Amino acid sequence: MCLAIPARIEELTTPGNAIVNLGGVRKEISLALVDDATVGDYVIVHVGYALQKLDEEEALRTLAMFAEMGQIDELRRELDAQ
Amino acid sequence: MKYVDEFRDGELAKNIAANIAREADPKRHYRLMEFCGGHTHAISRYGLADLLPAHVRMIHGPGCPVCVLPIGRVDQAIRLAREQGVILCTYADTVRVPASDNLSLMRAKASGADVRMIYSTQDALKVARDNPGREVVFLAIGFETTTPPTAVAIQQAAAEGLKNFSILCDHVLTPAAMHAILAVEGGVALDGFVGPAHVSTVIGSKPYEPFADDYGKPVVIAGFEPLDVMQAILMLVRQVNDGRAAVENEFTRAVTREGNLKAQQLVADVFELRDVFEWRGLGSVPHSALKLRPQYAAFDAELKFKVDYVAVPDNKACECAAILRGQKRPQECKIFGTVCTPENPVGSCMVSSEGACAAHYSYGRFRESAT
Amino acid sequence: MSTIKPNYARPLDIKNGRVDMSHGSGGRAMAQLIGELFASAFDNEYLAQGNDGALLPPANGRLVMATDSHVVSPLFFAGGDIGCLSVHGTINDVAVMGAKPLYLSASFILEEGYPLADLKRIVESMAKAARDAGVPIVTGDTKVVEQGKGDGVFITTTGVGVVRDGVNLSGDLAQPGDKILLSGTIGDHGMAILSQREGLTFSAPIVSDTAALHGLVAAMLDSGVKLRVLRDPTRGGLATTLNEIAKQSAVGMMLQESAIAVNQPVEAACEFLGLDPLYVANEGKLIAICAPQDAARLLEAMRAHPLASAAAIIGEVREDAHGFVQMTTKLGGRRVVDWLAGEQLPRIC
Repeated sequence: MCLAIPARIEELTTPGNAIVNLGGVRKEISLALVDDATVGDYVIVHVGYALQKLDEEEALRTLAMFAEMGQIDELRRELDAQ
Repeated sequence: MKYVDEFRDGELAKNIAANIAREADPKRHYRLMEFCGGHTHAISRYGLADLLPAHVRMIHGPGCPVCVLPIGRVDQAIRLAREQGVILCTYADTVRVPASDNLSLMRAKASGADVRMIYSTQDALKVARDNPGREVVFLAIGFETTTPPTAVAIQQAAAEGLKNFSILCDHVLTPAAMHAILAVEGGVALDGFVGPAHVSTVIGSKPYEPFADDYGKPVVIAGFEPLDVMQAILMLVRQVNDGRAAVENEFTRAVTREGNLKAQQLVADVFELRDVFEWRGLGSVPHSALKLRPQYAAFDAELKFKVDYVAVPDNKACECAAILRGQKRPQECKIFGTVCTPENPVGSCMVSSEGACAAHYSYGRFRESAT
Repeated sequence: MSTIKPNYARPLDIKNGRVDMSHGSGGRAMAQLIGELFASAFDNEYLAQGNDGALLPPANGRLVMATDSHVVSPLFFAGGDIGCLSVHGTINDVAVMGAKPLYLSASFILEEGYPLADLKRIVESMAKAARDAGVPIVTGDTKVVEQGKGDGVFITTTGVGVVRDGVNLSGDLAQPGDKILLSGTIGDHGMAILSQREGLTFSAPIVSDTAALHGLVAAMLDSGVKLRVLRDPTRGGLATTLNEIAKQSAVGMMLQESAIAVNQPVEAACEFLGLDPLYVANEGKLIAICAPQDAARLLEAMRAHPLASAAAIIGEVREDAHGFVQMTTKLGGRRVVDWLAGEQLPRIC
């Protein structure tokens, strides 16, 4: 739950803080809850804190999953039924 | 916006919808609960119900911390602000929640109480630092997503020796709430759960495994965007068809089995379980909420100030308890849309824009009066 | 020999001076404030009459009058300030009645202690806005309230204009089948304001869209299209304005989300805060409703004007006993675009 958005770390500021960028909007947030986050990483931001780093490879994999057609499963089912 | 827009693509949505329509067995009904208020909001806001076949229905769960916050807890905050002159800091979500005596935090503010809306617990700490002569109390609500930010603030306050900062701790736990929904006599007619997105980034997918194992209900953790929700629904349909009950993760880009261990450790360092906590709509649920550990007692507003929790029962006509469990729909409540509206919310489901009733009222009620 | 110079008055200390109670007392100090600050900036033949009211020439047609109070905070924001905002706002209220704005009045409630330098900036911004729009500020008033009883500056402007013959615009004239047009992007003004409020800081390139729309309205009327409804979606945003019209006309509406343009930083700022751009204020946009056969021509006329180059047809009016404003979402589903419930507040969940 909870409103959180993925934003790109643009700049590390005071220890533990960073400026993130989402669609041109920049905001300073806290990195207190994540380790090893650096400039260029995408993080999930909730109430001014980064909660987790976004795994970009997994993001692409998920997008590819959305594009999958369902025929493969259907074919399999038809084959099983025979 | 990268990693946001792509997950809202209309063409891909149609593709997933086609898959769901193809794979959902027309001879049975699928009753799926999305636990999290953010998902309720996504479903309503994008009209996802229109993309699902009629026999796949989404039931709105209680995963909105504002909706399940008992009136008595809001009363505590209001009393502190009005009677003890504290600066009451809160997330904006709570300011309109109706409390006792026709008050809300917003109305208390209008009558002179110092109520301030903040975006982050860091802002609350700043208010405390900037106002050394005043007591600052933060109304700490939220599920496991929102708890770590409070933990960070408490540890920072302790390290700085901030004497004028404390919290009203109303943090609640997701798995306990899911148990409360499922542990109903006679069982509950739900085929599966769409698991919370951001709670899961913190707690991981592990805590949901008992639901699959013990209750035989599949759980698919879904990301926050409409395509995530659609895909998760598809994955649930597949599990139901196959007679499986497992925890699957659609939100792999942000959720792992273990979750964010650093955040979990921080929370464990600062908080401990309350024996029991009252949830609006669900009644008293054991081990479902947190309080500060003894070493942080100086930051516990309930100990620092004389402000006991007094339970306030809901309106007798309110059907939230049944609606939160998916046993009734908003439109089946006698006072839905008449006495109880977003402007004048009577029960928890109408209080926040993601409560089942508010979402239905704001986004979906046209379906009833279809033209 | 006398060393008192006749008619000498020390000029206002704009640089370091502040508004004080004497500026509202009706005496010499107030006259000086008005003369040196307001009258010199707004300077026109009517104001120069120097009387309690402005004597204006006879109007050539049906009169429209509109008034607006401005309490915006912060007073200065990206893309404007309370001064030009107050001029644009009332010009727009007159313009969407189908009237040519002719004159404005401006009332100021000033808080004791407000810096004269900032007041001068506001007044000059108003003067420029009025000059650029060709609508003079012909009369006004000034009051001063004690420190703590005002938010720096409150401004109320009233405008009068004349409606062209044959033009009849009203919120109750929308008919099923009519097309709904929007002149540009939504949410810019509200998010520009929000991004400067204490507690919610961004460094985002969001600029208020505050603008005088009477030139655009004139171009739309000139196109020959018979307009039915014109309105500017200010507080409460596009959603509120459309709901108002739907109620007045006893109709429903169906919008296309993909046709409603939102600038990316505005969208991103809304995402951060959990706000919906449909409910965020605009100060330089308008909605037009016309018969379906006229929509293409009206769109062309709008797009030819610099303030509406991104104009689009965003939906249509339909029969609906319940008066719902509905929207087809980008994903192809449907939702209701309801009235705003209370003030739109940022959310965490």
